[in-house]
Amino acid sequence: MVVSLAEKKEYWRWAEHCWVDETCDWRAAQRVTAGIDVGSVSSQAVVCVDGKLLGYHSTRTGNDSPDSARRALDGVLDKSGMTLADIHYIVGTGYGRVNVPFAHKTLTEIACHARGANYMVGPTVRTLLDMGGQDCKAIRCDERGKVTQFLMNDKCAAGTGRGMEVIADLMQIPVSELGARSFDIDAEPPAVSSICVVFAKSEALGMLKAGYTKNKVIAAYCQAMAERVVALIERVGVDPAGDFFITGGIAKNPGVVKRIERLLGVNAVHSPWDSQIAGALGAALFAHTLLQKQAAKAA
Amino acid sequence: MIANYGYQDGSGAYYIRIDTDCCIDCVSRPCLAACPQRLFEVVVDDYDDEVIQVAEAHRRTLAADCAACKPAAGAVRLPCVAACPSEALKHDW
Repeated sequence: MVVSLAEKKEYWRWAEHCWVDETCDWRAAQRVTAGIDVGSVSSQAVVCVDGKLLGYHSTRTGNDSPDSARRALDGVLDKSGMTLADIHYIVGTGYGRVNVPFAHKTLTEIACHARGANYMVGPTVRTLLDMGGQDCKAIRCDERGKVTQFLMNDKCAAGTGRGMEVIADLMQIPVSELGARSFDIDAEPPAVSSICVVFAKSEALGMLKAGYTKNKVIAAYCQAMAERVVALIERVGVDPAGDFFITGGIAKNPGVVKRIERLLGVNAVHSPWDSQIAGALGAALFAHTLLQKQAAKAA
Repeated sequence: MIANYGYQDGSGAYYIRIDTDCCIDCVSRPCLAACPQRLFEVVVDDYDDEVIQVAEAHRRTLAADCAACKPAAGAVRLPCVAACPSEALKHDW
């Protein structure tokens, strides 16, 4: 049977978000800053006014990083009635940060995630796990959101959002439902043993053929992802004196988050903000600080 | 800041750990010349400090790049680790 493109569902596709605080009058602000996080899978733009979050837009990264950055920012601009000229300073971050043509400065996503998490959770956050589209970072930070230690793995897609998208497509279940479905099982299966996403996909297929339910295969994959990420975070250690926070798209998958918590013996704190905006938010806050420094120098 | 550069894959974990706070006051930066593979470079980090980092091009190939300096290849002590006056450099494997 031939399936047309129109019939083929994109199970991997996650919901894109755009939000603007309509009660905020940005025209009265002293400093309007933006952070653009062009990741390997998603791009986010955050606009801050005087160091407070005005709005954000999270969208899929295309094959053209400057275009992805522009689309991400346009979402906030359109909704807030702002133009690019109204933004005083822009910081680019993420995998595609060097391709943000309108950025005044670029910073690594490691520093930006820590700063963003500090805003999203508060000064109590000390350990941060960013589960991005194609990499994973374990970060320790201080009460100001300054990085004290970091480790990242961007060589292997195991433990990343892209890996979960692959499983969503294989199972033909929307990626947003995978987490909940991974708990709808009679008993916890052994984790998928392959460390590589490509082989894990083959192993998952084998499990289906062996009679495992889809939910059980998803549970096995979520457990494998949690185990890999925990091995990574244990190399930097979880600071017992502070909060543990997870950012990135996988933070929205309870199937992985709960299993990470179980393995680490630590509960992750929650934030009212979208977990995917941490990097862009941190970049916008860095932009605000840089503007303040410039003003202080000029005075 | 403790920076861990490297990766973990099916064959193991390969990370070089640099305590970049030690690099700020290090004038001579002997690690740069000590590495036969020229793995290290000086950069200004996100907090405006001049520090050492593992060059992007080497971060995913450390197991191969460092192999010639490892005990299995006959080396007694890693040249980069021996060169650092602050003991700020460590290999995890």
